[in-house]
Amino acid sequence: MTFLRATLAVITKDLAGELRSRELLSAMLVFAVTVILIFNFALELDVKTRGTVTAGVLWVTFAFAGSLGLNRSMAIEKDRGCMDGLLLAPVDRSAIYFGKMIGNLLFMLLVEAIVLPLYSILYNINLFQGGFLGVVFLGSLGYVSVGTLLATMTIQTRTRDVLLPILLFPLAIPVIIAAVKASMGYLQGLEAESIRPWLNLLLVYDTVFIAIAFMVFDFVVEE
Amino acid sequence: MQTKPKALTYLDIFTATVFLASVGMVFFYAPMEAVMGNVQRVFYFHVAVGWVGMLSFFVAAIAGVLYLRSKDRKWDMVAQAAVEIGIVFTFLNIVTGSIWARPIWNTWWTWDPRLTTATIMELIYFAYLMLRQGIEDPERRARFGAVYVILGFVSVPLTFFSARLFRTIHPVVIGTNQPGAEGQFDMTPKMLQTFLFSLFTFTFVFIDLMWHRLRLGRFAEQVEQLKLKLSL
Repeated sequence: MTFLRATLAVITKDLAGELRSRELLSAMLVFAVTVILIFNFALELDVKTRGTVTAGVLWVTFAFAGSLGLNRSMAIEKDRGCMDGLLLAPVDRSAIYFGKMIGNLLFMLLVEAIVLPLYSILYNINLFQGGFLGVVFLGSLGYVSVGTLLATMTIQTRTRDVLLPILLFPLAIPVIIAAVKASMGYLQGLEAESIRPWLNLLLVYDTVFIAIAFMVFDFVVEE
Repeated sequence: MQTKPKALTYLDIFTATVFLASVGMVFFYAPMEAVMGNVQRVFYFHVAVGWVGMLSFFVAAIAGVLYLRSKDRKWDMVAQAAVEIGIVFTFLNIVTGSIWARPIWNTWWTWDPRLTTATIMELIYFAYLMLRQGIEDPERRARFGAVYVILGFVSVPLTFFSARLFRTIHPVVIGTNQPGAEGQFDMTPKMLQTFLFSLFTFTFVFIDLMWHRLRLGRFAEQVEQLKLKLSL
């Protein structure tokens, strides 16, 4: 019970801070829209290509914007010494992990909640299908679960922001591939049979990495 | 400065001998493969260096776990040594594979699951070395390194599965092939002997290199300590 309360407290703290400054969300959003714009010209997103590359474009955008958000969300803790304050709290350290992770997930989902309708309007594709949204959630969850753990590490290094994508992307490749393939499956209206392996992979990835992060987070914040 | 242990010298000599014998077997003992010809001989070392690569990363992951449990610097040293060896051998694995693939698949490179996984694995462990470089405090470096090496090792099979859900053309010599694999062959007894012997050889190459690298690590640590003493 205290664990849940501590987790909730960390989430509310992050949300309240963001509500006042709005620096993280606005940065992620502007960045995401810019990336989609670049893709628009780089890939010539005409009607024919759209069908095959939409899933890829969206996930690359989410991954980039996500890593931006992860960096920022942990840097805030480090720069003003908030992390030490958090660590002093007499709660299980993994509650801090889950708090930060769920906070980051919420930010990522918020950005997606704005980017997806925008993309739907710009390219006249209906992205609002139950299955697709489920994939967006599972993919973001996997990405953020590893990302939060790694960001906690990278902000304590000399090279900081540069290091996070280098550490995170190769580890996140399975989740990105699975998310892209499953999203594409739903958008192209493939039968559930051919999407299921990717969904299973997403579920396995999420479970495995949340479990590992839960186990090793203590070692990452210990001083 | 301690002198080189006798056992290590013997191991060096033994490893060099079996290595030469293994090269001899690959070229003179193993028969020529009927369809692919001489280029098939790369297979013996290709699989053997790949095995060393996987073994190294496995050892690194175990060392990572042991470090987190015991906080003994020795395990950090083992993990780093294993990752360095693993990177070199995985690279050799990719290069030898390319040499074989050029005549057999008619291309140096294809986005096959195994090839893709090997590449991503290289990237993960390069990232590991970069992470280490970014941290000055040795205790923290060891801790973060251990965490990353565990994460990396867990993600490798997932990467493999995610890539395997696409089609594969890489032949599986041991076990059953997927339909569509190109460059498949069956091993004759002599080929199998040569193959097993090169696996044996490269396992010793790995042990020998590990030992040398760990010794080097200990020396580096001593130099660090001497430097600290001098600057005081």
